[in-house]
Amino acid sequence: MFKITGEPLESLDLKGPLAESAAGAYVAFEGWVRDLNDGKTVTSLEYEAYTDLADKEGARIIAEAMERFEIHEARCFHRSGHLQIGQMAVWVGVTAGHRGDAFSACRYIIDEVKKRVPIWKKERYQAGDSGWLRSEGQVGP
Amino acid sequence: MKRIDLQYFAILREARGLSRELRETEADSARALYEELKGAYDFRLGPEHLKVAINGDFEDFDHALKDGDQVVFIPPVAGG
Repeated sequence: MFKITGEPLESLDLKGPLAESAAGAYVAFEGWVRDLNDGKTVTSLEYEAYTDLADKEGARIIAEAMERFEIHEARCFHRSGHLQIGQMAVWVGVTAGHRGDAFSACRYIIDEVKKRVPIWKKERYQAGDSGWLRSEGQVGP
Repeated sequence: MKRIDLQYFAILREARGLSRELRETEADSARALYEELKGAYDFRLGPEHLKVAINGDFEDFDHALKDGDQVVFIPPVAGG
């Protein structure tokens, strides 16, 4: 499952039904809001999502991971709304029989989410300005 | 004349100054509609930097538009 949520990820049961007796490996990734980007001090940021399509594209990415790798389950949550430094922006969890595919699938999911899911990030800087980001750098003011 | 339900996000929402509008247009493709909007508002991104969603799913820029379509031009994404 994939879900965009305005709730703090720290307060959710992210792992949910992932734990099961046939899983020998569990890999999770947490993306955090950091205080520095491209040499500028970041004070907070805002995620905006086109939720209907983001949930749909995210579900497609999870389905692709289930096909490409020998895993049991995969889940991903991504925040929308205003986040402070240190808060969790994205979480991916994967279970598998063995660690190799669990690591590979987790990596695949976070990489594809960053490339394909319609989510935008606006950073606010200590200097008082702000900017929309893109994966490869800044779009513009 | 078609009526298109347009939604805007992120840098395009700020450039347009609103999140959603009904727009009457003669544009027959998403590409033609974007060129019309780019001419009317301060949209600095060229279509080569965007994707387009029509009625809730990704489509080609040359996809034909019909009356009542929901269209979203998608600026470069930055999740994670």
